[in-house]
Amino acid sequence: MKSSVIVFPGSNCDRDIAVALEKMQFKNQMIWHKETKLPKSDLIVLPGGFSYGDYLRSGAIAGKSLIIDEVIKAANDGCLILGICNGFQILTETGLLKGTLLRNKNLKFINKDIHIKVTNNETKFSNKYTKDQILKINIAHNEGNFFTDNNHLQELNKDNLVAFKYCNKNGIIDEKSNPNGSLNNIAGIYNSKRNILGMMPHPERMVDKLISNTDGVNLFSSLLN
Amino acid sequence: MKFSITVTLKKDVLDPQGKVVQNTLTNIGLNLKNIRQGKYFEIEIDEKDQAIAEKNIDEMCKKLLVNLIIEDYKINKL
Repeated sequence: MKSSVIVFPGSNCDRDIAVALEKMQFKNQMIWHKETKLPKSDLIVLPGGFSYGDYLRSGAIAGKSLIIDEVIKAANDGCLILGICNGFQILTETGLLKGTLLRNKNLKFINKDIHIKVTNNETKFSNKYTKDQILKINIAHNEGNFFTDNNHLQELNKDNLVAFKYCNKNGIIDEKSNPNGSLNNIAGIYNSKRNILGMMPHPERMVDKLISNTDGVNLFSSLLN
Repeated sequence: MKFSITVTLKKDVLDPQGKVVQNTLTNIGLNLKNIRQGKYFEIEIDEKDQAIAEKNIDEMCKKLLVNLIIEDYKINKL
């Protein structure tokens, strides 16, 4: 499977995701944001980081970069798109995903391992997980507080487009287990065609037992499935 | 022609920064009812026709400066 990781000035998880993809046997290429052509890819990843120093709004400037037109075209042709953390913010700024990510409710940058629940295991990104499986995964963000309008929230619930929800280690989804104030504890969402996933947690940091755990591995093996 | 643009969070959107500023003002003994924090831009453009200029500024707001899901904006000629 061929993947492309888009690199913006200020991306800082681009190498981590590349290492994870290569470990999982993806043929990966790094694509600088000034490129105007994308190599043929089965998966495009917008990595985490602080593209353009989070100027204006997180992801706003990257969302207007040269390569983004190609990403939008590929997305409309059905290419799989994964946006992690800042990548999720960029996806909402391009309009590929609806909603937005506000400043964390407690105004703090949060970097810690939390738990999320797999709320939909029937997509290209999640088919190797079991439904309601609880993953321990790292988050590291200042603007991860998911917000959207009522119509979109209804659509997310009705069409099963919520990918992950924040929960505690026993799987309880409540305000206490919500690290950043996200609406309904939402940690990740799909578009209506389910070829685009945006998520705040970092699966690429959870692919090696030696430094963390392997709870992120199945996201990548789902894609290969 | 020069314009100012004020961007504020919509009424229903939580403004945690504004809340902290409000609490701090209250803590130092200054009374207030409510505060909302926003952003301010000044833009100068080379256009003599005000209607066209305002249309261009509006396009800048919609395409980049404002996230319409969470923010409102006001344009003023300076």
